[in-house]
Amino acid sequence: MGGTFTLFPTQASTMAGRVDNLYFFMLAVTLFFSVVVAGLVVTLAVKYRRRKADDVGANIHGSTALEVIWTAIPLLIAMVMFVWGTSVYFALAKPPAEAMEVYIVGKRWMWKAQHLTGHREINQLHVPVGTPVKLLISSEDVIHAYYIPAFRQKIDAVPGKTTTMWFEASKAGTYQLFCAEYCGTQHSGMIGKVVAMEPREFQQWLSGGAPAGTLTSSGEQEFAMLGCVTCHRDDGSGRAPSLVGVFGKPQRMANGTTVIADESYLRESILNPQAKVVQGYQPLMPAYQGQISEDNLVTLLAYIKSLEKPAAKGAPATDESAAPAGRQ
Amino acid sequence: MHEVRTNELDSSSAPTTPAVHYLNATHGAASWFFTKDHKRIALLYLYSVSTFFLVGGIFAMLVRLELATPRGDLLSAETYNKVFTAHGVVMVFFFLIPAIPAILGNFLVPLMIGAKDLAFPRINLASWYLYMTGGLFGVAVLVMGGVDTGWTFYTPYSTAASNSHVVLTALGAFVAGFSSIFTGLNFIVTIHTMRAPGMTWDRLPLFIWSHYATSLIMMLGTPVVAVTLMMVVLERTLRLGFFNPDLGGDPVLFQHLFWFYSHPAVYIMVLPGMGVISEIVAAFSRKPVFGYKMVAMASLGIALIGFLVWGHHMFTTSQSVLAAVTFSFLSFLVAIPSAIKVFNWTATLYRGSVLLDSPMLYAIGFIGLFTIGGLTGLFLAAIGLDIHVHDTYFVVAHFHYVMVGGTLLAYLGGLHYWWPKITGKLYSEPWAKTSAVIVFVGFNLTFFPQFVLGYMGMPRRYHAYPAEELSWQVLNVLSSAGASILAIGLFLPLIYLTYAAFRGRPAGPNPWGAYGLEWETTSPPPTANFEVTPIVTKPAYYYAPEEH
Ligand code: HEM
Ligand SMILES: [Cu+2]
Repeated sequence: MGGTFTLFPTQASTMAGRVDNLYFFMLAVTLFFSVVVAGLVVTLAVKYRRRKADDVGANIHGSTALEVIWTAIPLLIAMVMFVWGTSVYFALAKPPAEAMEVYIVGKRWMWKAQHLTGHREINQLHVPVGTPVKLLISSEDVIHAYYIPAFRQKIDAVPGKTTTMWFEASKAGTYQLFCAEYCGTQHSGMIGKVVAMEPREFQQWLSGGAPAGTLTSSGEQEFAMLGCVTCHRDDGSGRAPSLVGVFGKPQRMANGTTVIADESYLRESILNPQAKVVQGYQPLMPAYQGQISEDNLVTLLAYIKSLEKPAAKGAPATDESAAPAGRQ
Repeated sequence: MHEVRTNELDSSSAPTTPAVHYLNATHGAASWFFTKDHKRIALLYLYSVSTFFLVGGIFAMLVRLELATPRGDLLSAETYNKVFTAHGVVMVFFFLIPAIPAILGNFLVPLMIGAKDLAFPRINLASWYLYMTGGLFGVAVLVMGGVDTGWTFYTPYSTAASNSHVVLTALGAFVAGFSSIFTGLNFIVTIHTMRAPGMTWDRLPLFIWSHYATSLIMMLGTPVVAVTLMMVVLERTLRLGFFNPDLGGDPVLFQHLFWFYSHPAVYIMVLPGMGVISEIVAAFSRKPVFGYKMVAMASLGIALIGFLVWGHHMFTTSQSVLAAVTFSFLSFLVAIPSAIKVFNWTATLYRGSVLLDSPMLYAIGFIGLFTIGGLTGLFLAAIGLDIHVHDTYFVVAHFHYVMVGGTLLAYLGGLHYWWPKITGKLYSEPWAKTSAVIVFVGFNLTFFPQFVLGYMGMPRRYHAYPAEELSWQVLNVLSSAGASILAIGLFLPLIYLTYAAFRGRPAGPNPWGAYGLEWETTSPPPTANFEVTPIVTKPAYYYAPEEH
């Protein structure tokens, strides 16, 4: 964008229009009630102004009918807003299954992005138009928030967690990227650009850089280097469960509970494995908290998620349905 | 005794000031610093809270000056962060929270219910010393170089990353918190046990109801933030892992604990303001407040539901979808009692005898600004929309409309309304009206552009912003210009009210022809408040005989 004077932000994602419609509806309600209240106050104050110094007002104490009306109407309008706002939120919160994934790490004071292809960028994010993109976001130090106003999307980058956000760019262009959660001295400098490109140009961009390897191949190397392979054998013959096909499946824990192996679970199991131990295994694994950088953790997660073959003899993967509404 | 009142200003026998009253009953510094008179303690608060307001205001002007240009050219990034933190901490903990309860509440709660004093006069004095001790911690922090966490102290920034004076600031807020807890306790016991004969619960002025509801929040909520701040101190000094994931903590836990207090805290600020507005609207329409019972119950409703909505500050922190939806729903519910009050105040004007003197101008300004502030709260409660505007200037505009437009205007209106009672003197009405108008205009010019700015996407707490966003600078300049006008509007009362206190004409017991026990005693009141204990035989706001 840039250069043109406007009082309304660009709509550049498939969701932006939906958010704006809700905004216009609420703006209309606000305008209506503000004008009604202001109009009434001024009219009544003028019409019933004190004429003689010792005038008193009429002895009116209230009216139950009126009170019921002006409780019920705002309640009704509020419920419309609630339902509408919630439905927009569901759409904003739930990424389509086929979304392209990019890993984002926030760090004072920059945004690092890693594509599955191995491309890395700082304070920039290149994405294709017309493809849903899912960002997996974490932080190396304090809380940040990844915010793209043109897409009407934002999510906190919380240390110790992986949060997700998704969007589908609808218009090629370069858009502002901000950190929206106060994070210290250069908070207002933690900004960048999101570049939405036509798919063909995006492919060109991808072939332009020369990444050392894909994200999963770096993850595989990391997996070997850190010695994970010695216990987590693919065929399940190690002292630890095989990680093949684990991602996204429910896992039975030693304490009898069941946990969905999502990003948060994998992250926790690497950094602090004792927190949730898989049923049938000893709590042998060392904690990697403080041993592994956020960037390398990202490659490991990408690698584990890529292990899609069905497990020959893996951890007991019960197929109970109904994933509870977990952290998104 | 007070059926149809004549406006005593017009009567030929000029009002006089009583020879002995609470201000001149005893002399010397000790008689003030060791006083147990709630009215004198209220004045101690008036001086100290006003000083903090001035300090907070200077920081606000620095913030606005810096943002007049997109480049961070006036202050360094680090200084800017300390300045907006100081502004927030001072304004929230040392101005907005104590302003109405500690000054007007302290002065008026016993007077309005016909009591001689608060239930625990010594604890009342101790509360002021606690407030001052907390304030001194704050001043020490400023002298030593400041703190840069924002008034919200979010972890792990505050416990692990910030290298400024977090511990001292947290201790300051902690100590000041106890002042708030004790004040709440004092009000509740007083209202329960010390009402004059005949002052039944359904005859309590709405100011008292709102202070009752506020006191409940102060007593139940403040301990939680006190403990939370202690946890921050412990994590920072002893590295106990509450919030920092590196130490095994959860950063979002802090936000839950913090907002569990701090959302209700916004009602600590605004509920007493609603009480003030109810009194002013009734007195300047010479009519009972429309739907007295609903307005009283709405105060309690706000206090109770206010405890259940804290999660709406965390819609973007990845709380579970179910939690987000629940908090959104409850947030919409809490808006209803506020809406009820706005309609009731408006309806009170109907067939009233409306006088647009300065307190009433402030009250009307309050109704307008609070309506906009409350309605924009709905934008934030609608999760799908909050995702976009969360932590942007839209939020800054919203909470300034409710807190400054609401709390500050109510405070100013109340100060003008009761100034003749407090000092026994009349101030210049033309000056007061002028400044009320300047405040209203300056306020809107300052904060309205921030809604637009926020929807455009400008994040809050930014020391500089991208120059290529042309409209951002225009909006910021408007806002900064408005702040200067607002500052003038706020500075004027300081001058003419102070002048009136010394040189004003005697006010007489009831210059407004208002109804209420506080207007039955002399201005200023005697140390014991009433010569004889009043006996109440009429409902609240009894301006005209029943028409049956
Ligand atoms: C009644 C007086 C009110 C006061 C004094 C008040 C005050 C505040 C304050 C201080 C904040 C900012 C907190 C921060 O620093 O992040 C805030 C945010 C918020 N308020 Fe209000 N508020 C009031 C009414 C309302 C109402 C009626 C609603 C809902 C219908 C509401 C919904 C919200 C929401 C959802 C946020 C969080 C927005 C965000 O951070 O994205 N508020 N309010
Ligand atoms: Cu940041």
